Formats: sequence, C-alpha cells, structure tokens
Amino acid sequence: MKRLLWLSVLVLGAGALVAPLAAGSSGAATSRPSPVHSATAKGPHAAKFLACMVTDTGGIDDRSFNASSWQGVQEAESATIGGKYLQSTSESNYVPNIDAFIAEKCGIIVTVGFLMGDDTESAAKAHPSQKFAIVDYTYSPSIKNIDALVFDTVQDGFLGGYLAAGMSKTHKVATFGGLKLPTVTIYMDGFWDGVQYYNRKHGTDVKVLGWSEATQNGSFTGDFTNQTKGEQLTATFISEGADIIFPVAGNVGLGAAAAVKAADNSGAKVNMEWVDTDGCVSAPQYCKYFITSVTKGIQSAVKSAIVTTAAGKFKGGNYIGTLANGGAVLAPYHDFASKVPAALQKEIAAIKAGIESGKILTPTRSPV
Amino acid sequence: MSENLTGPGGNGPEHKAGPVEGPPGAEGSPGDTGPDAATAAQANVATSLLNAVLEGNSAVVTFLAIVTAIIIGGLLIAFSSPTVLHAWSHLFSAPGAAFSTAWAVAASAFSAMLEGAIFNPHTISAAFHGGSIAAIFNPLSETAVNATPLILSGLAVALAFRAGLFNIGATGQFIGGAMIAGWIGFAVHMPMILHVVVAVIGGFIGGSITGGFVGFMKARTGAHEVIVTIMLNYVMEFLILFLLGLAVFRAPGLPNPVSPPVDNNAMLPHLAGATLRINAGFLVALAAALAVGWLLNRTTVGFELRTVGANPNAARAAGMSPERTWITVMLICGGLAGLAGASVILGTDFALTPQIYGTYGIDAITVALLGRAKPGGVVLAALLYGSLNAGGVTMQAQTQIPVDITTVIQALIVLFVAAPPLVREIYHLRGRRNREGGQLLAKGWSS
Repeated sequence: MKRLLWLSVLVLGAGALVAPLAAGSSGAATSRPSPVHSATAKGPHAAKFLACMVTDTGGIDDRSFNASSWQGVQEAESATIGGKYLQSTSESNYVPNIDAFIAEKCGIIVTVGFLMGDDTESAAKAHPSQKFAIVDYTYSPSIKNIDALVFDTVQDGFLGGYLAAGMSKTHKVATFGGLKLPTVTIYMDGFWDGVQYYNRKHGTDVKVLGWSEATQNGSFTGDFTNQTKGEQLTATFISEGADIIFPVAGNVGLGAAAAVKAADNSGAKVNMEWVDTDGCVSAPQYCKYFITSVTKGIQSAVKSAIVTTAAGKFKGGNYIGTLANGGAVLAPYHDFASKVPAALQKEIAAIKAGIESGKILTPTRSPV
Repeated sequence: MSENLTGPGGNGPEHKAGPVEGPPGAEGSPGDTGPDAATAAQANVATSLLNAVLEGNSAVVTFLAIVTAIIIGGLLIAFSSPTVLHAWSHLFSAPGAAFSTAWAVAASAFSAMLEGAIFNPHTISAAFHGGSIAAIFNPLSETAVNATPLILSGLAVALAFRAGLFNIGATGQFIGGAMIAGWIGFAVHMPMILHVVVAVIGGFIGGSITGGFVGFMKARTGAHEVIVTIMLNYVMEFLILFLLGLAVFRAPGLPNPVSPPVDNNAMLPHLAGATLRINAGFLVALAAALAVGWLLNRTTVGFELRTVGANPNAARAAGMSPERTWITVMLICGGLAGLAGASVILGTDFALTPQIYGTYGIDAITVALLGRAKPGGVVLAALLYGSLNAGGVTMQAQTQIPVDITTVIQALIVLFVAAPPLVREIYHLRGRRNREGGQLLAKGWSS
C-alpha cells in the first residue's frame, strides 16, 4: 500500500515532466503553449516593448548596481514597457543569458557590470539591430548599438569629502572600500580630493584615514557583504579619532552604520556619509547618522535609456553621469539640513557650480 | 618536546623503521600518543565517511534522492509563484483551479529545464523552416559545457576522498590553474594546437602547485588539509585580485581588473561548429575521468592511495608511506582542479576576472559526494548538475522563475544522498538499519 503511494508519486512526477513536452511537440509551432506566460503576464506580451536585464553574479538583490539597475527597469515599466531579468549564477552564464534575450527579441538588453563588457560587445557586433545598454562600462571607440552608462562619481565624492572635512570636529575623517575596484576607488579619490581642497581653502589639516589618492592604497574589507568587517574597521577608525566615516562597500556600509550607532550610544559624536543611493531611503533606520549620501544615478540612467529607446530615440555611444546631468549627485542633507552650517552649505553649492562649469577640476586615478 | 610537535608527519620515519613493532602509537613514548591519536581519529573519520559515501547509498537511494529533490523543487516552484498563491487563496471555491495552476507552473518550469538541458522540440520544427540544425543540439552542448569544469573539479575532490583527504580547496586550485593557463593564453604567443596544449598543461601545473603545497604541508608538518585548503582558497582569491591589479595581467587601456582575452590559438577548439559552445575541454574531462579510474584501480599508486585512505596506520605498517601518498594525491588533485580552471578560461570565459572561480570548487564537493567518489559516478553527477545548470538558464528565461531553484534542487539531492535513512523512511524501504551510512557521514562531518 505504502509502496503504491510512492509509486504513484513517482508516476505523477514523471508525468509532470513528460506531459508538457508532449503537449509542446504535438501542438502547433505557431503558438507556444506556455501556461506561465498566459497566467502571469499582465497584458498581451507581444505589444509591449521589452526591457531585459542580465544581472552579474551578484544577483538582483545585491543592494548595489544590480539592484539599482533593476529599480531603473521597474521605474521604466508602464502600459507599453515591460521588464524582466535573468540572473547569472556564474560568469559562464553571461553569453547564454544574453542570447536568450536576443532570441526573445527584447527592445533593449541591459547588462550590468564591467565583467559583461566583452560579451556585450560581441553580442552587439553579431546583432547590429539589437539595442543594448551596459552599466559601469565604456567602449572606445564607442559602439553604435550600445548605450554605455558610466558615472563620474569622483565629482560628488569631492563634495562629500569637502562636506566631511567641514563637519569634522576631530579633524580626522575616514573612508574604506569593499574591494579595490576602479568603481570603488573613484569615490575614495573624490572624497580624498575634497578634503584636501577644504584644507587648502581653510588652512586646516584634516586627515583622511583609510585612503590616499597619491599612493592608491587604503583599507578594504574584502567583499561587499560581510557587515562584521565593516563594523570592526569603522570601530578602529573611530578609536583612531575619526568622527565621519564614508564606507564605499555596498552592504558592508550597514556594518559601519552599526559601529557609528554603537559609538553614538556610548557618547561619541560620530556620523557618516552613505554611498551609491540616498541612505535615508535605502537604510532609513540609520538616517539620523547620515550627513548626506554620495549617489550614483544608475537607476535614473537605466530608466532613461529604456524610456528613450522605447520612444524610438535610442542614443548609443557613451553616457557619463555627472553632477551637471544628475548622474552623480550629493543627496539632500535630510536630518542634517539644520546641522550643516549655512556657510558650509553655501560653499558646497559654490563648489558644485565650479565643478559643473569645469572651473574646479576633480582629478582621479580611477577614470571612468 | 619539540620533536613531538611535528605531528604525525614527523613520526613517519620512526615507524617506518620498525613496522613490526605493532600498531603505531601503542608502544611509543607518552609524548607520541597525542599526534598518533589524532591520526587514528582522523583515519576513523575518513574511513567511516568513505564507507558512507561508497557503500551507504545504493543506486536506488541515489535515484530516489534525485526524484525527491525534484519533487520538492517542483513544490517550491509552484508555491513561490504569485499566480499559484492567488489560486490557492480560492482553494475552497475553486479547488480544481488551485491544483491545476500549481501543476501548470511546476510543469512549465521543468519542461523549460528539459528544453534547456536535453532537447527542445521547437528547434526541430524550426530546423525544417530554415532554422539552424545546430540549435537542436544546443541544449546538450550547454549541458556538456556546464558539466566540464564540474567533472574535473569533482574528480579533484573524489580522488582526495579515496586517499582519506577532504579537499575543500578545489576553488584555490581552480584559480591556480586558471591563472597560469590564462596567462599562457594571452601573454605568450605560439602556433596553433601547440598553444592550447601548453596552456592546458600550464593549467594542470598551476593547480598542481596549489594542491601539492597542501599535501606537502600535511606530510611535513601534519597541518590538517581541511584548514590548509580552506585558507588557501582565500589566499588564491585575493592573489588573483592582486594580480589583476598589475599591468602584466590587466587588459591595456581599461581600468577594470580584467585580463586581455586569450589568443585564438589558445582557445579549446569547438567540437561541433562555432555556434555550439561544446569544446575539447569536455573530452579532456572525460579523459581525466578515465585516467583517474585507471590510476585508482590499475596502478600501484592507486592501490597505495586506497590503502592509505582506508587506514594510514595499516598502510604504514605495510611499508607504504602515507606522507608520500598525500603529496602525490594532492599534486594530482590540484592538477585536476587546475584543468577545470583551464577548461573555463580557455573554453568559455576567455578572460581572467576576479570572480572566475565562481562556485565550481564548492559544487565539486557535492558532485564528488553524489558520484560516490568514483570517477564514473563523478561524471554522471557532473552531467546531472550540468544539465540542471543549463536547464536553469532556460527555465529562468522562459518562465521568470528564479534560477536559484536549481541550486536548491542540487543541494536537496546531496542532502538526501547523504542521509539514506531519510530517503528509506520517506519511501518505506527496508534498509540496512544497522549499517546506516548517513549517520556515519553525519558523525564524520561533525567530529
């Protein structure tokens, strides 16, 4: 009896595998009988412009560039634009994932991260009519059917550094990264430059712990996930006297925030700046410690790439997000609006205008 | 006291000099008992684990483990789908719809998986209407491509297993192989055929150095290979990151830590036309499996290896040197994992990146367990995992079900394989309850 039970389970299981295949092959090839598509699709699929995104191995919920890109896709979704993504579990998945989307005739294929640079390029060259966008990668010379989206975050990093230097009581600020990648160190270069600029203007000697643009050496936690390491490193910086911390390490920054909170609870006056997104939105529980956030406009750049392509105005070539075009901006002060001295706020605004007009240069050794 | 701290390795020559003295440790000086007891305990753990893996599972249990995992996977797919959950919220008003929706969602996922891993009927009709014939074989090609590094790294773990060693370091050895093979691929320029052969051999050597170091540490200092391999994984992960920061390894003109692509001459040749990714790496993997089988069962080295795996003390008493065997085995295992790295860098990915190692090294452990540490078993297990990976890509593309579900299924398979009593209980099979391999296995991992 019991054997009968599991036998029947087996048969049912096997049936589940075989039945749809049989149905698929006997059914006409014109309409693919895919129950999920008809069950989950919100409207007629064919009529929609499809924005298709391939994640890198970090996955869709990495709270970093994959997540931001996907938010951009979701924001672009509308009655006429649909969005979907494929997650890559290994680097060998990039090619099949891109190929799957080409076969699906996506309106635009968004690939995320420099690791997909080469695969996106060869796919774009093999399919000249297929439109692509890639986040955090540029081509030289630029490629006609790829929107290459990069962000000159050294600019808002510069503002963040200047602000930190102006707000520091101990004349020590600190920054650290997740991994020593150009997309990380560009923020740290900007932060470092901003502090030096403040020192020159005010004749102060605010020190930066954790990074030096000159030597390109500094503190890194080793990944973008281990919050404990961020907490330890931040606690070390605080014990060395830093009172403003700028983590450039995705999720690891939450560990830094925990350390800042612990220091605050024990009476020390320590604050921080968030990175990539507006911290008061993405990590609101720590908003009261965030002086500001040094953001990167992946979300809006991806959204606008999709929307313009859907409207038939695909640009192609390289796009560089800057202070001027809103691709790399300093987030609002939120809780600190009243705490940042008006004079300092004015200086920041003036420097912002200076960078936008090109009067203030923001050199970096991690060019976009 | 200091000479006693050298551990089991240091005691080796002493016992070899007088194997007739009896079991090592029994008659040694009091200071000797520590390291020897450790060796004995380790040997017990290794033996019981080996027994569990080799004998604890019958083919039936393995098969049922796979079926059970797939059924649970199907349930997960069905009940993580919003459509199904919506249908089930109306279970009492429309019970038929609830079940049929769940069924349809799970069935479409698995049929997409089959289409991605084995055969897609639509490609046949497409071929008749001017489509490419190669497309018919694309699923099989993808399965083979996904299986290739798993076969090689799985063999690296399985062979070590047979010698009583837990090789957790396939990741580091993979990186060692990929680094050397990749460097030969893009920095050295050689004529056709020669280049790819040299690069593949370089991959073997790169992995061999990494793995051999582990064997050397264990033989000379008694350092436990689990600790050394795990730590070495970190060392290698950061080593490749460091190297990609140097001008020698970085593609010129780009700020990113990515190496230049390997030369065309260094790429593993495609086996079935340029559109299919299946390449000579698959043949290398199959040849490696045959070679490992031959080594294990037909050579003196293999005999010593299995004897040391069964009981290092007995092997030593019989005049074999476990130390030498450990070094030899780890050299070969490292080389196999290095070949896996070469197969990826020269076969599919072509450029070194900081994440080139993916999860191959970890998956290798599960493949070796599922393949019961036998070369043939490893090939079959790797093909199963390869097909799940290849099918997962298609499943995700067609149905938008998260690809992570394939990882869950893979994990469940190993869970059930490692726990035969559980499977026997589920299916009410009469098993050898006195010799439950699963309990031994559990004890092996925890002690």
